[in-house]
Parts: sequence; structure tokens; C-alpha cells
Amino acid sequence: MNVFDWIVQLAGIALAVAAAPVFVGWVNQCRAWLQNKSAPSLLLPYRGIRKLFHKDAVIADNASRLFRLAPYVVFGAMVSAAAVIPTIATRMPFTQAADAIALVGLLATARLFLSLAAMDVGTAFGTLGARREMMIGFLAEPALLVVIFVFSLQFSTTALPMIAERLSAQAFALNPSLAFTAVAFTMILLAENARIPVDNPATHLELTMIHEALLLEYSARHLALMEWAAALKLFNYACIGIAVFIPWGIATSHEPLELAVSALLLGVKLLAAGLGLALIETVSAKLRVFRAPEFLATAFLFAVLGLLVRLLLGA
Amino acid sequence: MAVFDFKRHQRLFPTTGGRCLVSYGFLSPLTLCLLLLIAWGMVGLAGLARPLSIAFVGRTLFPCGAVFGAALAAVAAIGLDQPAEQLILPLGLPDLPVHLRLDGLSSVFLILLGAASAGISIFAAGYFRRGEGTAPGLLCLQYHLFLASMGFVFLADDAYSFMLAWETMALSSYFLVTTQHRIPEIRQAGFLYLLIAHLGAIAILLSFGILQGGSWHFTFDAMRAAHLDSRWASIAFCLALIGFGAKAGLVPLHVWLPEAHPAAPSPVSALMSGVMLKTALYGMIRVSFDLLGRPTWWWGLVPLTLGLFSALYGVVFAAAQTDMKRLLAYSSIENIGILFTGLGLAIVFAGVDMRAAAALTLIAVMYHAMNHAFMKSLLFLSTGAVLHATGERNLGHLGGLIHRMPWVAWLTLIGVLAIAGLPPLNGFVSEWLLLQSFLFAYKVPHPFINMLLPLGAALIALAAALAGYVMVKFFGVIFLGQPREPALQRAHDAGFAERLGLSWLALGCILLGVLPTRMISMFGIVTGQLGVGALPASNSPWWLLEPIPERQSSYAPLAFFAVIAVVVVLAIVSVRFFYHQRVRKGAAWDCGFGRLTSRMQDTAEGFGQPIRHLFQPLFAIVRELPGPFDSKPRYRLEIADRFWRTLYQPLGSLVRLAADKVAWLQQGRIATYLLYSFVTLVVLLALML
Repeated sequence: MNVFDWIVQLAGIALAVAAAPVFVGWVNQCRAWLQNKSAPSLLLPYRGIRKLFHKDAVIADNASRLFRLAPYVVFGAMVSAAAVIPTIATRMPFTQAADAIALVGLLATARLFLSLAAMDVGTAFGTLGARREMMIGFLAEPALLVVIFVFSLQFSTTALPMIAERLSAQAFALNPSLAFTAVAFTMILLAENARIPVDNPATHLELTMIHEALLLEYSARHLALMEWAAALKLFNYACIGIAVFIPWGIATSHEPLELAVSALLLGVKLLAAGLGLALIETVSAKLRVFRAPEFLATAFLFAVLGLLVRLLLGA
Repeated sequence: MAVFDFKRHQRLFPTTGGRCLVSYGFLSPLTLCLLLLIAWGMVGLAGLARPLSIAFVGRTLFPCGAVFGAALAAVAAIGLDQPAEQLILPLGLPDLPVHLRLDGLSSVFLILLGAASAGISIFAAGYFRRGEGTAPGLLCLQYHLFLASMGFVFLADDAYSFMLAWETMALSSYFLVTTQHRIPEIRQAGFLYLLIAHLGAIAILLSFGILQGGSWHFTFDAMRAAHLDSRWASIAFCLALIGFGAKAGLVPLHVWLPEAHPAAPSPVSALMSGVMLKTALYGMIRVSFDLLGRPTWWWGLVPLTLGLFSALYGVVFAAAQTDMKRLLAYSSIENIGILFTGLGLAIVFAGVDMRAAAALTLIAVMYHAMNHAFMKSLLFLSTGAVLHATGERNLGHLGGLIHRMPWVAWLTLIGVLAIAGLPPLNGFVSEWLLLQSFLFAYKVPHPFINMLLPLGAALIALAAALAGYVMVKFFGVIFLGQPREPALQRAHDAGFAERLGLSWLALGCILLGVLPTRMISMFGIVTGQLGVGALPASNSPWWLLEPIPERQSSYAPLAFFAVIAVVVVLAIVSVRFFYHQRVRKGAAWDCGFGRLTSRMQDTAEGFGQPIRHLFQPLFAIVRELPGPFDSKPRYRLEIADRFWRTLYQPLGSLVRLAADKVAWLQQGRIATYLLYSFVTLVVLLALML
């Protein structure tokens, strides 16, 4: 393990942190195009974050320290998750520290702190949001784990980089378990990142929202960190999907040329993923909140079916 | 395990069969453990000297008990990697003296008992007050007798002393549960507990009766040597599962747990949930892997299925509770479920000779037992602190306590994060290990079963995620938000001793989380001694958990924690450096309507509503909704256990019916009873001849 490895690792993290708001901007842009609107700038999320950082933070009178600590923990968890997910290279020094199960645990830590912080001020919307967030999380989290287990069984490892590396060494084959898990993963991604049909990222109508309800009491730098963390979460999920479903082209060594090609390919995949996401959001309608558990239970069952199919057919 | 001169020892200790014995001087780990257990008994007896003095009992005796607990853990840790050691005391039945044995498995559970009880005892030193039912001195006796009897359960090496310790444990804990015996509900809870404990004890006794295998020697050595045919072995296993399952609270034998745990004072609940439930796990491991020799693989499917069901059942019910101690009791059922799931999986692996996988699973089980001892004790104790500060157990009357009780709140947060299975704390490590072992299950050489087993991983993941939900509810409703009652403004933080006890347990949660490799090598000794197998040798560094190197699945909690911490600190520092840290205080956002009251927060019922809705078939719900024209609208919601109505009530009425029928034997006249004796004697004589 040499210095160059660490540079690649840090570059990977920096790339994720920097690219996440742009990715969100890209999804918003695609959505605007698909809906025949004039699109906002790619950098709009960045401008929003910068604006928030400059503002004075307003905190509720009865907020505790947990409330002020939570944005940093959530942001830290998301950055750490970005360090674990193979984005441009599979042989990163830090990836050893956490496998896919630990990654899911990390995402759960972020969710828990987010929910606790939302309950801290004790407004109706905060607790409502916390309840809904946990309701989505308790089904999405095991579903995501099962999706990863399908690949773990195939490649007998739970380390995401190893899965990506071994899969990319094979030729692409469309098998039934892959189809099931891909559907499940897409549903999880939509639900976990507060996208339509589970939540609407563009709404501020209190009764229907989940993610915004959690952040209702946050302002200024705390809100900026939370928004950035949310963007990172979407980016991370997209990268998890890319690593387990379409890892081809990911760098398995640290040759500069290979890294460059890998980064370029990652960009292309992310652009395609963002377009796909915007397409799904455009063609589907938002579910009532009470239907969200059904949606997620379906995702969980799809993932379990994928596991079963993998075990039955070996494919 | 070191190999000893078998024959020479057989000559020296003819009654023991000479298995893995070493002779020590007087101060061997076993004798030290024995002395410490006796010392606990002495501490308890000393309580009778001044039974009403809270100062003497609380400030002197309970800290002594805590010191002995820590010492016990230390001695057991030293004795862990040493070969098994046996001791025969000249006590007990005429032809069955008390056999004691300290091996790796006993040591692990003694460490659990000692370390967890040290924290609980320190907390108890500040907890017990005058005027709460039983006199403090008597409570001290029962408490320490309870501790010592659990220690003897782990040390016992024959059926008689095991049952003696087991029953002492049940009885002393019964008296502890009914500390506030003036309240009828508590007496009822105690009765239910005693009843199920004894049903379990009968099953265990019968199991031992089969395990002796016709030799009529009731030492565990004789049971190890006995060769049972597979049918009898299966019956013995099932009986043991019923017996120990009743003590552990495995569904459907769980009904006593949510009644008894809230009834007991909090340190006792902590001890029962954190430690006593593990005696059942110990018994199960002892019987299945040690006394029965190599288990048959399909036995494992029974605890596996029951365990998975218990895990989900427990956590779903926990989400619906409104009493904070009942919530934790149901969460204990969940964790017991996880433990028995792992145990079942380990039996399956051991039965099909997948030794590395069996060792990994059993290690995960022991690890989780240790973790649960710390985190559940921590949470139960913090409910005790909340109860003392506010006098409330109902979640609907709590809230906002993080401002009034910061110590308890932040220490509880550690326990909450740990039990929700979040890295880098301890609950995550054992769940990680268990999930890893489930991923081996597809290699079990039995078609169909090998496809169903990996689905267990999905259910365990679901239970773990639900545990997160439950814990957000637990912590959020008690400590966060606004106080739901004005009286909560006067709540006070826990005293010094209580903080110390909580900190000890929280520290345990952290250390068990960040130093897993040391613990795993410790548990690895046990699996080696039990002949289950061992993990493959690995040369990964001490900070990297990589149980099966070829799988390249690894987890490094310290590095993990360091990265999160660095990012958090960097974020805080850079925000300060590049921007500003101005903060203004303001009112919470009320949508412009004003008059936001604390009653507008989500209630505990509300927070559990999605789960209740989703898992409706599991619950027996009685709900009274007010009609639109009610002048006095009333909302009532009762959530009951379906098992109570479908299993226990019919059984109860059956027993009552049988008792009514048998009652005519009781004529109440001495002559009749003498006649019964006479007839019995004649029948016995006829049988003898």
C-alpha cells in the first residue's frame, strides 16, 4: 500500500463529494427537459449550498446538542460511505475497512441520526417525518442487503469492490436473478432518496413530504450540510448500483490511463442513470404515504425472489 | 485444547472419567471463581445485619458486589485459555457430590455475568430507595443470591447441582420480581414467571434424565460418555429446547417476559434480561454441543425457525408498546430470537461437518450474547433512572428529558445505537458475523434446505432494521422533543453511582464494538474446546476483522470510526474557517398558526402505527374510536398477544377443568387420606413383588 493508493482513495472521495450536487443538478435538468420546462443550471444545487452557508443559523429554543451535531454526523457518514463504494477503482486502501453490510450500517446510522434530530425539537412535522423516514428505512435497508447478498452468493464475498471486480471480469449476461434484483434496487433507490413515487423532492407541502419534514427545523449551514449529504446519498446509491450491476470498465489497478478511462466511464454511466431516474420520476405519480410500505415490501420481496432464483437456478 | 495424560488422570480422579483435567494449586481459576461466588453470597447475608439501612446496603454492600463481579470477570478471562478444570466438593447427595467444572464456555459466560453485573451493581448502589416494597437488606440478599446462583449454573458439572443452581436462580429472581408485592399486577406477573420457569425446569430435568443414557450417573461426564440412539437424543434435545426456551423467552414461551421485566425494579430487569436469559443460551449450547456430542443437523432447524419467528415477533411487538420497560422486554425477545437463530444455524453447520462455518456462527452467537448483556442492561438501567426521576413508565407522559438528564440521555444514546446494530458499536459486529455465517448456508449439502437457509439472512436483516425503528421510538419519545407533562421539568439527572454504572456498560458497548478481533479469538478458544471447529488461521492485523480470509469480507471498526470522526471534525472546522458560526435562537416553526403545544408531537402509539398497520395479523387489537356525536370522546387502544388467547387461555382452562375433576379426591377427612396411603402402599408392594 503506497502513497499513490491513498491519493487515489482521497481523489475518489473528493470526486464523490464534489460531483454529488452536480449529479442532483443533472437529474433536475433531465426532469425539466422531459417535462417541457426550461432547465435550471447544473450548478444550481451548488449555489443553493453556498447561499445557505452564508446565512445565519436559526435554531429552535428547545433544540439540544444532538440537533446541532446531527448534520455533521450525517454528512460524515455519507462521506465515509463514498470512501467505501468503488467508484473509479476497486483496489482502494479504505475499502477493506467496511464491506457491503457495514456500508448499509453506515447508511442506517445516517438515517437514525436524521430521524432523532427531527424528533429533537418536538414539532408535529418533525416527529411525523421521523416516523415516515424510519418506516421507509426498515424495509429499504434489509432489501438493499438482500440485493447485495445475491451478488455475495455468486462471488462469495460481501466486499463491494471484490464483487465489482469479479463481475467485471465476466461477460455481461442477463439472468433472471439480475432482473429481479435490478427492479428491487431501483425501487429502493427511489424510496431511500425521497424521489417520486415515494416522496417528491420538489414539494414543500407539509402533509405529503418525508425528507423535507425531517429538515423542517434546519437552516443555514446545518441545512446546507444536510442537503449536501442528501445529494451524496443519491450519488452513493447510484454508485452502488453501478458497482453491482454494470461495473464494466472500473479500474482494477492504479494505472493512470485506466483510472482516467474508468472515471470517464463512470461519468457516462452516471449521466445515463440520472436520465433514467428522471424518466421514472416523470412517468410515475406520487403514491400516498400509506402505500409506501407496500411499495417497499414489494421491493423487499423482489430482492428475496432474486435471492431464491439465484439459489434455485444458480443464475 | 492441550492433550493430557488420560489414564494417569483417570487413576487420580476415578469418578470423573478423567477427561481433560489438570490439577492446580489452591488458587486455580476455578477455586477463585468459587470463592468469588461464595463472597457474593456473604455480601447478600451481610445485608441481613442491618436490613433497613439504605446507607449500609447501598453504599457498602452493592459496591462490594460490583467489585466481586469485576474480579469474577477478570479471573474467568484469565482461566479462559486454560484447559478445563474440575472440582468435586464433598456436598450434595450421598452418591452424587457437587461437581464443578470451569471450561472455556463457562468462562465466557462467567465473564458476561461478572462484567455486566459489575455495572448493574454499581448502578443499584445508587438506585434502591427506602419504602419500595421489600426491605433493602433482604433485597440485597436476594440480589446476590441471584448473582451467585447464575455463577453456579455456569460452573455446575452434574445434573443435580445444575438444577439446584437453576432453581435457586428462578426462586431468587421471583422474589426480586415481586419486590413491590403489594401491587396485585406484580404478584400476578411473578406467578406467571414462576409457573413458566418451573415448566421449563421440568423439561430440563427430563432432558437430563434421558441424557444419562441408562448409566444412571448424573454427572455431565457420564452424559458426555453416554451413547444415545438418535431417537432418544432428539427427544433429549427437544426437551432441552423447551426447558431452556422457556427460560429464554422463545416464542411461544415468551409471555412471562413482558410481564415480569416491567414488574421488577430496573437493576433486576437489567440482570434478568442481560444475564439470566443467557443462562438459557448457555444451557442450550452445553447440551447440544457438549453433552450430546455431535448434534444431528436437522435439530438446528427447530431453534432456527423458532428463533427467526421470535426475532420478528419480538421486534414488531416492541414497536407497538407504550410502556418503556415492556418495549425493552419485547426487544429482549427479539434478541433471544437472534441468538437461537444463530444457535440453530451453528447446529446445522456442525451436523453437516462444515466446521469453519459452525465455529463462525457459534462465535457470532456468543458475541451477540455478550453484546446484548451490555446494551440491554444499559437500556434497562436508564429506564430505571428515568423512572426515578419522573415516576413515569408510560412513554406517553415522557419527552424532552435530554435537557434535564443529559448524562442518562447521552449514555442511553450509545446503548440505543448499539442495539440498533449500527457501526462502529458492538451490536453491529455480532450481526455482521451472523449475516456472514448465513451466507455460507447455501453450501449445506441438503437440497431445498440450502436454498431456504440464506433467506434467514434476509429476515435477520429485517429484524435488525426494525430494531432501529424501535430504538428511534424509544429514545426519541423519552429523551427528545418537548416534555409531554409539566412535571417533567422537575426531573433530575441520575446520581454519581448510577452514572458510573451506566458509563461502565456504555464503555463495554464501545470496546466490544471497536476491538472485535480480541473477543473473537477468545470465543474461538471455546469453539475449539467444544470440538465444533475453529476459524481458519488468519494473519490479518489486530484492527481488521476478517474471520474467513478467503472471502475477503472484512470490517475494521476502528478505521471506520476514525474516518467518520475525521470527516465530522473536518466538516466542523472547515465550516467555522470558511464561513461563520453565528447562531440565533428562535421559536420552532409552527406553520404560522402559533400555539404549538407539546401534545401535538407524535405519541408512542402514533410512532408505532405504521408497524402495527403493516403487521396487523400478528396483533390482537381492540380499538375504541369515538363517534362523531360523542360528547365525551374517548380513544382506547389495546394490543394483546395472540398467543395469550389462542394458546395460554385454553391451556389454563384445561388445567382448571382437570383440577376440578381431580378435586373430589380431596374429601378433607383424615381417614380418606390414610386410605389413599394404604392403597398406594399395597399397589407399590404388588408391583415390587
